[in-house]
Parts: sequence; structure tokens; C-alpha cells
Amino acid sequence: MENQDRLKEYWRRNLRLMLVLLAIWAVVSYGFSIVFVQALNKIHLGGFPLGFWFAQQGSIYTFVGLIFVYVWRMRRLDREYDVHE
Amino acid sequence: MSIQIWTFILVGITFAIYLSIAWMSRVRDTRGFYVAGGGVPALANGMATAADWMSAASFISMAGLISFMGYTGCVYLMGWTGGYVLLALLLAPYLRKFGKFTVPDFVGDRYYSDGARVVALVCAIFASLTYVAGQMRGVGIVFSRFLEVDVNTGVIIGMIIVFIYAGLGGMKGITWTQVAQYCVLILAFLIPAVAISIKITGHFIPQIGFGGVISEGANAGRYLLDTLNAISADLGFDQYTQAFGPNSKSMLDVAAITLALMVGTAGLPHVIIRFYTVPSVKAARLSAGYALLFIAILYTTAPSVAVFARYNMIDTLNNVAYEQAPSWFKNWEKTGLIAWVDKNGDGKMEYRAGKAIEGKPKLTGQTGIYGQALVSNKVVDSNANELYVDRDIMVLANPEIADLPAWVIALVAAGGLAAALSTASGLLLVIASSISHDLYYRIINRSASEKQRLLLGRIMIGVAVCAAGYFGINPPGFVAQVVAFAFGLAASSFFPILVLGIFWKRASKEGAITGMVLGIGFTMLYIIQTKFLGVGNWFFGISPEGIGTVGMILNFAATVLVSLVTKAPPQDIQDMVESIRTPRGAGLATDH
Repeated sequence: MENQDRLKEYWRRNLRLMLVLLAIWAVVSYGFSIVFVQALNKIHLGGFPLGFWFAQQGSIYTFVGLIFVYVWRMRRLDREYDVHE
Repeated sequence: MSIQIWTFILVGITFAIYLSIAWMSRVRDTRGFYVAGGGVPALANGMATAADWMSAASFISMAGLISFMGYTGCVYLMGWTGGYVLLALLLAPYLRKFGKFTVPDFVGDRYYSDGARVVALVCAIFASLTYVAGQMRGVGIVFSRFLEVDVNTGVIIGMIIVFIYAGLGGMKGITWTQVAQYCVLILAFLIPAVAISIKITGHFIPQIGFGGVISEGANAGRYLLDTLNAISADLGFDQYTQAFGPNSKSMLDVAAITLALMVGTAGLPHVIIRFYTVPSVKAARLSAGYALLFIAILYTTAPSVAVFARYNMIDTLNNVAYEQAPSWFKNWEKTGLIAWVDKNGDGKMEYRAGKAIEGKPKLTGQTGIYGQALVSNKVVDSNANELYVDRDIMVLANPEIADLPAWVIALVAAGGLAAALSTASGLLLVIASSISHDLYYRIINRSASEKQRLLLGRIMIGVAVCAAGYFGINPPGFVAQVVAFAFGLAASSFFPILVLGIFWKRASKEGAITGMVLGIGFTMLYIIQTKFLGVGNWFFGISPEGIGTVGMILNFAATVLVSLVTKAPPQDIQDMVESIRTPRGAGLATDH
């Protein structure tokens, strides 16, 4: 029974991590790059209007970063709950 | 040495590499044939996935497409990368733990129904076939442009090469050739991009260069993007970095298309099956990260190439007398990718917003008083634009614009071929496995021997190659338009039921079948209405490319509602869902 609870907790923590990362995914791509793009374009990053930069560069870097954070945190979580391969 | 000789040499060398890899990785069992034996390291799978994903369109057309769309080009950039986050977090690790051969395998087993399996395999075939036709055509076009062979001969050469390495090595052969193809295509894309970045801004990293200042000419010292904005406005276009301008798509439409492409990416079977080939759940997650990293190298370079090429094109062509046109213009004029009609008879090329001519240039073979190639198209008189510019020229002519040596131009040809062949082979395997594994072995003849199944797999690769080649040689007029189908279908059919199948044990077979049928039905209806029957974009102005988003939401809603009023899945299915949620014991992919 104890094992069941442990797996439930593992799954809950996996879901929590996933939701946090997906929230960042949504904010950067749909927030910064689409909904608030015109407001952010008033700020400049060198020659880039910021909203435009997020839409064509920043969002992609963020996506790559999100997956590697997920890989790293899940590897730790797998070990902690002893479900790793 | 001439460009053509270099092209023969480089294309010859790369093809020889692909064929030797195929010979070294030939397989003798179905596990090798369908999932490469399940032993592909994460890094190699990342490269293979990137090559699998980046098609002839990503390589040749995307940068040009963006340079005409400006900000709105972000729908492709984000749409075709953001889906990997969904794939890594929501699908890849769990499907790897499930550990079968194909996507219909999961749908059929999880929803305990051969009905669901059949719906899934029909969707997989349809999405892949529409996609692969364009790839074979791409192979033919690259051949004809760089080697001056007939397009159809090019398609047939491509078919033979793909058949040899996919038929011999199945997924294993495909995987290792895709690794090689990734290296070829990324080099071919980066070398001209770096050179043109140095030429225009003096900066060798294109991603930084296009936010930098112009280093020479009349606009020296000004920010490149600011200059491009000012020029665009002068010529009657929307400003390049401006979002939702009067000639661009609305905010809702941009969001809908981006989401449909992201979700479609995560639901496309030829991408998903790549994650069955790695040895563990951990490796599945990691290889999704590598895949996106390798894709991002091209996808963050493309928007900078778009800006450089557009600035350079306007700067060197607009208001310039034809006799002073740069040599690349005259070289590419012969291909019909770029054309000039002197509307006002002043001998200068004026580039403005609007269409110069109706349709694609039809060369008459004669030249005008300035030596320009004449076209027989009807000239559009309602605007002052005199230039027709095909989007593909932005990548294809780049090496010449940047004054690079002949071997770089040849490398771009080899890169285009690598991009088209790698994507085609991945798609062909999905089509072949849908018939030989999902339909024949799982539904018709469960007692087929290993040898029979391997032989059938190879025969089906042959059949799929022939079908793809047929569509490559006789492209149905609507090929370009049905790409929206592939993404819309994947978004509205597979993605919701895969996610619910993993994250919601209660999802039932009745729910999944209703969801798939309703999602696809609505999406297909809308695309057919708007693309072929001339109906306007009646759903809140959303383009057909973005309607997969609505189809996906319908699918989610229908699956949940119907599941709640039907019987819960049997206990063994719920236990199976429980077990795919933990990584331990992933083991090797199996066929039953």
C-alpha cells in the first residue's frame, strides 16, 4: 500500500513540474510573442523590437531550455522515488 | 571547376555515404525494421529526428516565406518548434514506456478496440501520404535546378535511393542515414547564412547579426531592422517587424495557426515513432531535447536569412537599371524564379507591394531590349510593382548573393536533397508499417511469421515509394494546399486522444472514436469548404491552416463527454496506463 502512495506522489510531482513548464511555454509563445507583442515592441534589445525578438528567436530558445530543465528535474525525481531505469 | 561539376561530385559523395550506411545497417528482424532494434543513442536519435522533421520546405522555402511575411512568419517558427515541448512533456516518455512499434499500436491497445486502430491507421496513412508527395517533388526540383536533369528523372533517382536504404535497413537504415543527412543539411544552411551575415552586418553569428547595424552602403551605421521597416513602409508593405498590420493576419488567426502547427507537430506519426527507437524513457526525454536543439539551429538562423535576403534584394534591385542588375539576378532569371516586367518603360526595376504579374512566370524564351527574359503572363496594372520574386530564391540564390565559391552552391543542392530524402524516408516507413504491421499483422493475420512480416514490410516500402513517386511526377494541383491537411489532421485526430489516453484513465473507447471522428470531420469539412469550395473563413476569420486548433478542442470535448457517459475502461487497461507513468522496466519495444 505504501508503494502505491509513493507512486501517487511521484505522479503528482511530475504533473506539477509539467504544469509549471507548460505555463512558461504558453506565456512566452502566446503571451510575449502574440498577445503582448505590440506592447513589448516599444522596448528595444539592440536592433530588435523585444516582441518581435521573442516571436522569432526568444521563444525558440525558451522551448529548448524548457525540455532540458524537464529532463534534468525528471531524472532527479525518478531517482528520489526509486522508479529510475 | 563549374557549379555543375561540383554539384555532381558533392551529390555523388553524399549518396554514396547514404548507401554505404544502408548496407552496414541492413536488418534481419521486425524489431530492427520498425524501431531500429530499440538501441539508438539519444544524441543520434535527436539528429535523426531533426532531419526527419526538417523537410525540403523547411530548408528551401521557409526563410523566403518569412521574408515576405515579416513578423507573421513566427507562426512557422514557433509552430514547428513549440510542438517538441508538448512532445517531450506529454507524449514521448510515456509512449516509449508503452513500447510498441507504431502510433496505431498505442491507440488500438489503449482504447481496446480494433475500430480505433483502423481509424488511427487511416489517419496516419493520409497525413503521411499528403506530406511525402511534396518531398518527392522537392527532390525532383533540386535535381532539375542544379543538375539540369528532367524533374521526373530526378524524382525517379530519389525513389531508387530511398527504396534501397529504407527497404534494406528499415528504421535502422533510415535512422543512421538521417544522422548523416542532418550534418549535410545543417552545414549547407549555415555556411551561406554566416557569409551573408558577415557581408551585410560584419557579424558572424546570423542570430545576432540581424539585430545589428548595416556595415556598408547608403544605410551604413543604421540598425538593419529599422532600415528594413522604413524601406518596407516606403514601398507600400507593412513594416517588417510590425504585428497584425493592415495586410497581415489578425491576432486570433496567428494564435490559432501557431497552436495548430504545434499540436500537429506533436501528433505527426513519423515524429512520434522516432521515440520508440531509443533504449529507455530517460533517453526518450533527452532525445526530444537534442532534437529541438538541432532543429533550433536552423530555425533561429532562418529568420535572420529572411531579413538579410530581403534587405539585400531590395537594396541591390529596387530602382536599379536592368543593365546594372547583379549577376545572380540574371542567372536565376532563366529558372523563372525571378522576373521583371518594365511597366513604365523606364528600364529600371521597381519593387513595390502587390503582384507584378498573374501567376508564376511563363518564359517566352525571348529577351527584351535590355536583355531581360520576357514572360507571357498577364501584367497586373493596378500597382507599380515590376518584380516577381519566388520565395525559394531567398535560400537558393544566397551563396551567389554572398559571392561564395561554386562548391558552396553545390553544397546547398546536396543539403536540399538531404532535407527532402530524410523526411521522405521517415514518412514512407509510417505508411509501410501502417499496412504491414497495423493492418496485416495486428488485425488480419496474427500468426504471420517473422520472416513473412519482414518481407511484407519491405514490399510495402516499395509500394509506398511508388505511390509517393507517382504523386511526385504527377502532382495533384492541390499538393501545396493539402499540407494544411497533414497538420490539421494530426492536431485534430491523434493529439487529444494520445494525451487523454495517458493522463486520464477514464477515457473510453467510445469517447476516443467519437473524438477522433468529430475532430477530423470538422477540420476536413472546414478545409474543403475554404480551400476548394470558395467559402470564406467563416469561423471567426480563422485560416484553414489554423482550424486544426478548433478541431482539437472539439476532439478533447467530445472524448471527455462521451467517456463520462460510457463504461470505464476495463481494469487491465487502467493498470497499463498506471504502468506507463513510471519509467522503470521500459525494456525493449515489442510487437505484442
